[in-house]
Amino acid sequence: MMERLRRAALPLIALMLLLASCGGGTRESAGKGASASDVPAYGDAIVEGSIGDVSGFLTAVTTDASSHEAAGYVFNGLVRYDKNLKLEGELAGSWEVSPDGKRITFHLRKGVKWHDGAPFTSEDVMFTYRRMIDPRTPTAYGEDFKQVKRASAPDPHTFTVEYARPFAPALASWGMHVLPKHLLEQYSDISKSPLNKKPVGTGPYRFIEWKTGEKVVFDASPDYFEGKPYIARVITRVIPDQATMFLELKTGGVDIMTLTPPQYVRQTETADFRKSFNKYKYTASGYTYLGFRLSHPWFREKRVRQAIAHAADKKALIDGVLLGLGQEATGPYKPGTWAHNPNVRKYPHDPERARALLAEAGWKEKGKDGILKKDGQRFEFTVLTNAGNEARAKTAAILQQNLAEVGIAMKIRTVEWAAFINEFIDKRKFDAVILGWNITPDPDQFDIWHSSKTGPKELNHVGFANTDVDRLLDEGRGTFDLEKRKKAYFRIQEILAEEQPYVFLFVPEALPVVHHRFRGIVPAPAGITYNFVKWYVPEALRKHQVQP
Amino acid sequence: MSGSPGIGRDFARRLLRNRLAAAGGAVILFFFLVSALPGLFASHDPNRIDIVNILRPPSAAHPLGTDDLGRDVLARMVHGARVSLKVGFVAVGIATVLGLLVGLLSGFYGGWADAVLMRFVDMMLCFPTFFLILSVIAFLEPSIWNIMAVIGLTGWMGVARLVRAETLSLKERDFVAAARAQGAGDARIIFRHVLPNTLAPILVAATLGVAGAILTESALSFLGIGVQPPTPSWGNILTTGKDNIEYAWWLSVFPGLAILVTVLGYNLLGEGIRDAADPRLKGR
Amino acid sequence: MLRYISRRLLLTIPLLVGISLVSFLMMHMAPGGPIGAGTDLNPKATAESRARLKAYYGLDRPLHVQYGRWLGRMATLDFGDSFSPDGRPVVEKIRERIPITLTINVLSMGLIFLVAIPVGVYSAVRKGSLFDRISTVAVFTGFAIPTFWLALLMMILFGVKLGWLPISGISSLDHESLGTLGKIADRGRHLVLPVLLAGFGGLAGMSRYTRSNMLEVIRQDYVATARAKGLPERTVVFRHAMRNALLPVITILGLSVPDLLGGSVIFETIFAIPGMGQLFYQGVMSRDYPLIMGILTIGAFLTLLGNLLADVGYALADPRIRQG
Repeated sequence: MMERLRRAALPLIALMLLLASCGGGTRESAGKGASASDVPAYGDAIVEGSIGDVSGFLTAVTTDASSHEAAGYVFNGLVRYDKNLKLEGELAGSWEVSPDGKRITFHLRKGVKWHDGAPFTSEDVMFTYRRMIDPRTPTAYGEDFKQVKRASAPDPHTFTVEYARPFAPALASWGMHVLPKHLLEQYSDISKSPLNKKPVGTGPYRFIEWKTGEKVVFDASPDYFEGKPYIARVITRVIPDQATMFLELKTGGVDIMTLTPPQYVRQTETADFRKSFNKYKYTASGYTYLGFRLSHPWFREKRVRQAIAHAADKKALIDGVLLGLGQEATGPYKPGTWAHNPNVRKYPHDPERARALLAEAGWKEKGKDGILKKDGQRFEFTVLTNAGNEARAKTAAILQQNLAEVGIAMKIRTVEWAAFINEFIDKRKFDAVILGWNITPDPDQFDIWHSSKTGPKELNHVGFANTDVDRLLDEGRGTFDLEKRKKAYFRIQEILAEEQPYVFLFVPEALPVVHHRFRGIVPAPAGITYNFVKWYVPEALRKHQVQP
Repeated sequence: MSGSPGIGRDFARRLLRNRLAAAGGAVILFFFLVSALPGLFASHDPNRIDIVNILRPPSAAHPLGTDDLGRDVLARMVHGARVSLKVGFVAVGIATVLGLLVGLLSGFYGGWADAVLMRFVDMMLCFPTFFLILSVIAFLEPSIWNIMAVIGLTGWMGVARLVRAETLSLKERDFVAAARAQGAGDARIIFRHVLPNTLAPILVAATLGVAGAILTESALSFLGIGVQPPTPSWGNILTTGKDNIEYAWWLSVFPGLAILVTVLGYNLLGEGIRDAADPRLKGR
Repeated sequence: MLRYISRRLLLTIPLLVGISLVSFLMMHMAPGGPIGAGTDLNPKATAESRARLKAYYGLDRPLHVQYGRWLGRMATLDFGDSFSPDGRPVVEKIRERIPITLTINVLSMGLIFLVAIPVGVYSAVRKGSLFDRISTVAVFTGFAIPTFWLALLMMILFGVKLGWLPISGISSLDHESLGTLGKIADRGRHLVLPVLLAGFGGLAGMSRYTRSNMLEVIRQDYVATARAKGLPERTVVFRHAMRNALLPVITILGLSVPDLLGGSVIFETIFAIPGMGQLFYQGVMSRDYPLIMGILTIGAFLTLLGNLLADVGYALADPRIRQG
């Protein structure tokens, strides 16, 4: 189930897309016998735990993380992100951007085959592009492709796209999984094709079976163009409950999963556990925020928003919700990435300053219950957040206490996700929300901050409108020059920090844990799974015998 | 006439002599006290977050430990008792009133009204109760009022059948005929003659109903569709207990025990009332 | 007998109509009506799916026309497509899940039968004994204990601490590679805890009920007569008393269908069993209205079936009922 609003995100970056400060993440606890004949060997299987089940394998028509992750084993895009979160070629061996920034030419790899043996060519890329902009395709990711003015496939291994204006996020958008034309062209709606349930791709693993609600099984593809993966089989098990999944991990039913902070801190410190598992820790690509409906009479006032930012105790949030496994967010970018501006206005926990700002805004008297009053009204509002998310519930509870301290009564209301989106967010019927966004590697956040994106069902749900930011957003996406982009995004962050349309709360750490028998894991800014095809299990430690 | 003082006194005497029922009653009284005078039992604010003291085991400062935000479990359980009792009583109140109405009308007037009402009861009973409750809450939203209403609106059928059965048998009795001969109207007969005699089985059903309502509410809160945090309820403390089960046993044990003991109390009292009301059935 | 059954069957028709009416009303009670779809942040997909659904439900037609269509669709078990991302037909999703839920419920009914009845009978025959007293305490505790709590405790005890039983799912990873016997054993081990928990509440109820029925029957005249005739106690108990006491038991088993179904929501979710209960829970959490209505209606059908079987069983056993 989707727990965070996400913009049209690159589905490729499914597995743990993370960037830590220089030097990648950290690994804790040495696995047993790191020397035991560490020779890459083919074989064994890895069992992944997943909270949600796959809903379909064609990334274009699904939006949930579980589906995208599963699809990532079977499909490839033209490009992908490497260990340092820089774009590198996948199905495209190389590419050129024309000097005016309006044309990209991809040179596709030769000799790549679909899992059914048919050759991969530029026809498939052209087909994919056409379907992405086709109104019959129910996709959430069509916007970027609609910017293409013209696409052409001059020969089977070349694909060219032209844009009306330079469009920086373009390159990243070609990470979208390429679809096999010969298997899909007869279906007008690809979401209804059999491929959505039985995918055929070019990727490192071939689809074997999908038992809905239970598991998905993939086997290594022997002629994968980067070399056959060492791990012979991948099994994704659906275990909808985090606690049960953890128990499964300990009893050997699951080899890799993401830990919650309490599990990481309290349940995985025993000598026994450390002998059998390796824990990793990375800055996650997402942040949690408190968003204000900017048309609300009280939240229209910048000083009120800033006061609340000062009232919020971000350290308490990180300690209480994340058990210390996270850092403060000062804007919508991930600390340590090139687009992140570390020098923006900060809002340390300062109840005094908060009260002063509120007084300036006219909130001077206090009622008998300690709540501020102005013109006969108590400063009371309701914050909404989605139900079933413990971290958000805790965040709300802590903020409630923080705000009570400065005389603001914040009531908490948890709403189930679907109703949340349909009844409250889309119709803009809220005072404030606690939500989160994924942070994509490309810093373009047009859809979230541009004043044209405030319509119902669009992503700028707080109604932020700032002409400078609008201009800077256009500048940022309109050039491929990294320095120019950086300047634009830095300035955007300064403005956002000053205006506080959101109180940016925190960026959590991602906490994967893997059974010790898996070797080849190298923590990097992109996480640990970017080189999954190179992971292996030494023969001596092999657990599963995989019959082909 | 119905319910002469002698019968009432016998009833009370039999009830008190039943030790198990008395124990049940004591438990119930205890929890009533707890929810009426929370300050007496808990010195902390149930919503006071204390990051430094997250997940502390029971100690002098926190006799039942702290939860995952450092809040005092005892205080939360005391306030949770209020929630449980409130839900139990309001839900059962709704169910009883509704069941009474339907049962009395059905049993007394019989014929066409009876047929329609009883078919309606049968139909409602076709839906698995828990499914029905979950569906309605899915359509509305989880709030304590909705939960009370839904549990009540899905639990009246048993009472209705019971009351109808009693009414049917009472209808034929001499004192009803006598009252009619004296010119008493329907309403008078129903409310002054029939109703008081159905009180005993209703009381039993209501008592057992509270137990059931508490169990249902805690199950709903446990699943996340009952009382929403940060409002404490025994069920949603157990949710936190489940998530922290390996190192915070107190979060799982105490609320579960509280539910067990409370429900047991109501069950014992209910059974006791049933035994005391009809000594012929003593064998049960 | 046949007349009795056919009369009972006829009576179910108004019930079916009533079920359809209630379901129909509930669907329209939801905020946003039967639609309320589109949990994606994709404006385009949402608009399209909304239009599709509007046509499907005929929301522009008058209410009674809509009801007629609903009735027709319900008869063919067509509940529409699920709102969840996979958008599959509801009835297909339910069909995959029903076998495992039914298996667990049938097994737990068997458990109840095998355990609760002897316990109840013995308690009645040896009324007041230590066994009787202990079992009464156990029964009352069983009534009062929240099953989800018990599930957690048992999972920890048997699954983690003792490691005897698996704690989630219905089969191990290498299930396919086991022999037939191995497969059965594997399934069996996975089902122990769920079946135990599913039957737990029913155990208490059934043993209590059996006990009180036995007690009532024992006091009857014909039992006294049998005793007076000098028949051995065992014959008295088994031949005369038990047969009559067992009559209502069949009814109870049939009537316990709705409770078992409801309970399956909890333990299937806790044990990650891919059954109808877990599907229902997920549907509720994601406000998947077609799925919710589908499972609710099918649950009602199953309950109706259980009631019917219970009544028929009762009539079979007790000739007095058959006549009228």
